[in-house]
Amino acid sequence: MTEEYIYAVARVRSRELNLLSRQDVDQLMACRTYDECLRTLSDKGWGDGDPSAEAILAAEEEKTWAFIHELTDDLTPFKVLLYPTDYNNLKAAVKAVVTGVEPRDVFLPGGAVDPELMLRCVREGDFSELPETMAAAADEAYHTLLQTEDGQLCDVILDRACIADLLQCGRESGVEILRDYAELTAAVSDIKIAVRACKTGKSRAFLDAALAPCGTLDASSLAVAACKSLDDLFAYLSVTPYGEAAEKLRESYSAFEKYCDDRVMDLIKEQKMNPFTVGPLFAYVLARRNEISTVRIILSGKLNELDDGMIRERLRDMYV
Amino acid sequence: MENFDWNALGVVFALLGAVLAALMGGIGSAIGVGMTGQAAAGVVTEDPSKFGKVLILQLLPGTQGIYGLLIGFVTLTQIGILGGEAPTTLAKGLLYLAACLPMAIVGMVSAKWQAKASVSSISLVAKKPDQFGKSMIFPAMVETYAVLALLISILSITSIASL
Repeated sequence: MTEEYIYAVARVRSRELNLLSRQDVDQLMACRTYDECLRTLSDKGWGDGDPSAEAILAAEEEKTWAFIHELTDDLTPFKVLLYPTDYNNLKAAVKAVVTGVEPRDVFLPGGAVDPELMLRCVREGDFSELPETMAAAADEAYHTLLQTEDGQLCDVILDRACIADLLQCGRESGVEILRDYAELTAAVSDIKIAVRACKTGKSRAFLDAALAPCGTLDASSLAVAACKSLDDLFAYLSVTPYGEAAEKLRESYSAFEKYCDDRVMDLIKEQKMNPFTVGPLFAYVLARRNEISTVRIILSGKLNELDDGMIRERLRDMYV
Repeated sequence: MENFDWNALGVVFALLGAVLAALMGGIGSAIGVGMTGQAAAGVVTEDPSKFGKVLILQLLPGTQGIYGLLIGFVTLTQIGILGGEAPTTLAKGLLYLAACLPMAIVGMVSAKWQAKASVSSISLVAKKPDQFGKSMIFPAMVETYAVLALLISILSITSIASL
């Protein structure tokens, strides 16, 4: 089984030469204007002709998935990355049907399930064509929204189902990086929910419904701490593997987000030494997402004429 | 069965040794070259200019098959099939079989492990083509043990006749 990715990994290794390095990021940072940044990206082969920033970034995301589709027909290991898109589209479909609004430009591209299928399933109230766990969550979210008209509760149901699917996919893959990435994603999601709930004074019942159980955080202890105060929440986090997250959250939310992305980067860097499993392919997709996210931060900073220091402190570690 | 001449089986076991050396070395190399071939094709798909470098790395696990063939051939020339004299005793036949086993077993195992080292080296060349020389050394280290097995098998096979 480990040998079925030898060809794919060799291609990924060659492609990694084209990933943005720290020097490339410095070159982008050295651009004086937003337009100069776009030109530099275009010179590096980014985009597919449309000069707008969003089109360039969307084209790069598409290129990444086109490459992965070329390498393997089985996207099961990548579902860990696709679930958030699918569940986001499912939220949009449920809300569109319940509110009776015709959905326009609300679906994200690149999910594993066709958004039109989701929309049809929700309209017909028959979720049997959706994957099993997604169908159950969609059914519950749809009826909850119909009965309570509480959009947040609908989101909570689907977000929790998304994390549960993600964790299950990671565990069932038998691939260490997928399992660790799913666990990290679940933990980060729980921390974000707990911090927001604590700041907005949400109830324990809300937290119990929203926090997904994961291996490295005790959802119950997290909920108890979040109900008390931010200091209690940070104190709980400091005795978990996410102690540094508490420090970053005290600093700022953007420092915490950078910490999360850098942890992902630390996780995938080990794949540089692995020539056999699906791990390097998965790491490549995350590395591409990371550089797209880095470029987005630079472009946004340049567009708003932010100070270079402010932009730099938000820049993520690079894979190469 | 009482009148069965067990010594007649000597040549059978000797031939079995020759067959195993060629068979197991060949299987190991076929697996190994197949694995490295996939990696090499992956690199050449992205950058055809690296063909020469990855081809050498692909071929490294192929040597065990050649060594197995050599041992098989030398054995055949000693046991009366392509030359020499057929073993006259069962013990001699078993000695030929034992002499072939180092190449058979080490050949098969080392080919697969050398292939893994070669695949890793192909990844290295894909990212850092200037490190080609170093990348050759890692799989070549595995070759040492195939060569040692070849030596001991050859020395044993050529010495058995004079026992």
